[in-house]
Amino acid sequence: MGVEICVEGLTKSFGHQVIWQDVSLTLPAGEVSVMLGPSGTGKSVFLKTLVGLLKPERGSVKVAGQDITRLREHDLYEVRKLFGVLFQDGALFGSMNLYDNIAFPLREHTRKSESEIKRIVLEKMDMVGLIGAEGKLPGEISGGMRKRAGLARALVLDPEIILFDEPDSGLDPVRVAYLNQLIVDLNAQIDATFLIVTHDIASARQVPDNIGLLFRRELVMFGPREKLLASDEPVVRQFLNGRMQGPIGMAEEKDAAQVEQELAQIDEGGAADAPTPRLLPGPGIARPPRWEAIARREAELHGTGVTRA
Amino acid sequence: MRLSPTGALRHSGNLFAMALDVVRSLPRRPFQAREFIQQAWFVASVTILPTALVSIPFGAVIALQIGSLTRQLGAQSFSGAASVLAVLREASPIVTALLIAGAGGTAICADLGARKIRDEIDAMQVLGIDPIHRLVVPRVLASMVVAVLLNGLVSVVGVAGGYFFNVILQHGTPGAYLASFTTLAQLSDLWAAEIKALVFGAIAAIVASYKGLTARGGPKGVGDAVNQSVVITFMLLFVTNFVMTAVYFQVVPQRG
Repeated sequence: MGVEICVEGLTKSFGHQVIWQDVSLTLPAGEVSVMLGPSGTGKSVFLKTLVGLLKPERGSVKVAGQDITRLREHDLYEVRKLFGVLFQDGALFGSMNLYDNIAFPLREHTRKSESEIKRIVLEKMDMVGLIGAEGKLPGEISGGMRKRAGLARALVLDPEIILFDEPDSGLDPVRVAYLNQLIVDLNAQIDATFLIVTHDIASARQVPDNIGLLFRRELVMFGPREKLLASDEPVVRQFLNGRMQGPIGMAEEKDAAQVEQELAQIDEGGAADAPTPRLLPGPGIARPPRWEAIARREAELHGTGVTRA
Repeated sequence: MRLSPTGALRHSGNLFAMALDVVRSLPRRPFQAREFIQQAWFVASVTILPTALVSIPFGAVIALQIGSLTRQLGAQSFSGAASVLAVLREASPIVTALLIAGAGGTAICADLGARKIRDEIDAMQVLGIDPIHRLVVPRVLASMVVAVLLNGLVSVVGVAGGYFFNVILQHGTPGAYLASFTTLAQLSDLWAAEIKALVFGAIAAIVASYKGLTARGGPKGVGDAVNQSVVITFMLLFVTNFVMTAVYFQVVPQRG
């Protein structure tokens, strides 16, 4: 079972510039959460703070009962073994081929024999669909493959928590759909706690159990997916619908009068969105009880197509 | 980027903190032997040829200067002694410093900087691996070893260059040149130069690693980091060279 992450009163600033302040949320163990936010709201900074790469000014991040922000360097490296992180561009080691990249954590941290390492690496490469590309260097493959290889490397140590930094940036819609399916399948298979940082609304509507939204230097809302999708909060509604009308402007934020006028326009239109169906693990994946329950609820909500289980 | 009065202090502090971290990580097991050998080979391969090519004219210039001076004073028999002394004591540590910082340090800084901005260093930390122990320590040791060897190379090539210019081009006497080799210079000069080279290698690698690991702002950031690392290393090396020379003259009794 995954590990719960408990964030309390977290504040981060670079110099005088506050990135976000007083962020408090709990990522429930074993569930998928998505952190949304317009570009430049410090989503990646939030992710790096969770793994202790950046030190916050105030607040705490509790993982398995330990406060990441107050750990000594040595203990921090131990706690980090619980984490698997997929960086934006995969962050593969440029001098090693894919096989060595994915084998790297095993060779550094375990005393497994080469044959055992080979078995694990090939299993993970199969999971992300990279069989046959073992000998390629990161510079020779596409961005999508780099991301999948980064994911395979994040998975080899069987992490309890997996963090995804914009898994869908720079990918075409089809690959994004495959990647989302892969994320859901993985969650059903390994039961880890997932946090996805993104600004892709389609993924955010389909994939997670929980959604959070960062805007204007604070966490606007964090809660179950259904609650946010049905929310009346202007920022949440604007972002989840990808509209121009609302408090989020091109540069930063708009003045209050304009926002009210725009919101009034939308309310006149007034068409309520139908709830987006949730993405479920693929047919070949054995579903744990949690996903069985989710599948049943989805079937009741939407009636069609989700009766296999 | 805004300039702050404490910025320089903070960077110096961080640099020293990293130097201490490197010292603390030195005895940690497992020692990264593979990385060390790779890096030693790499630093050697980028420095050996330029070092040899730089030290020939360096030895020649010293020989020319001393040759004409000693002729005017009527002390040709001392030209060999003076030339060896100059090469061994000053020229070889300085040339080593220039090359180890200019060729070795920049290569290290660019390599680590590129890894940093591609998030590779962050990824490594998240995988629970300390980049100081895994990447910086082997590089510092490699740079130290190569600097010591380079210093030997510079001494030999510099003295040979001096001999060539003095004897062949300025028609000095070979016997007098060779016989006066040890009139001024002594073995402890060589040891002192080697110790200097060892320290220079460590400083160059630590500064380069620090600048590389703190690079940010995309590819331009790496370029800036390399540039700054060379400038900072040169300043530190020349100051260190002065201090070590001053201490050496106090500690070791001189000939002549």
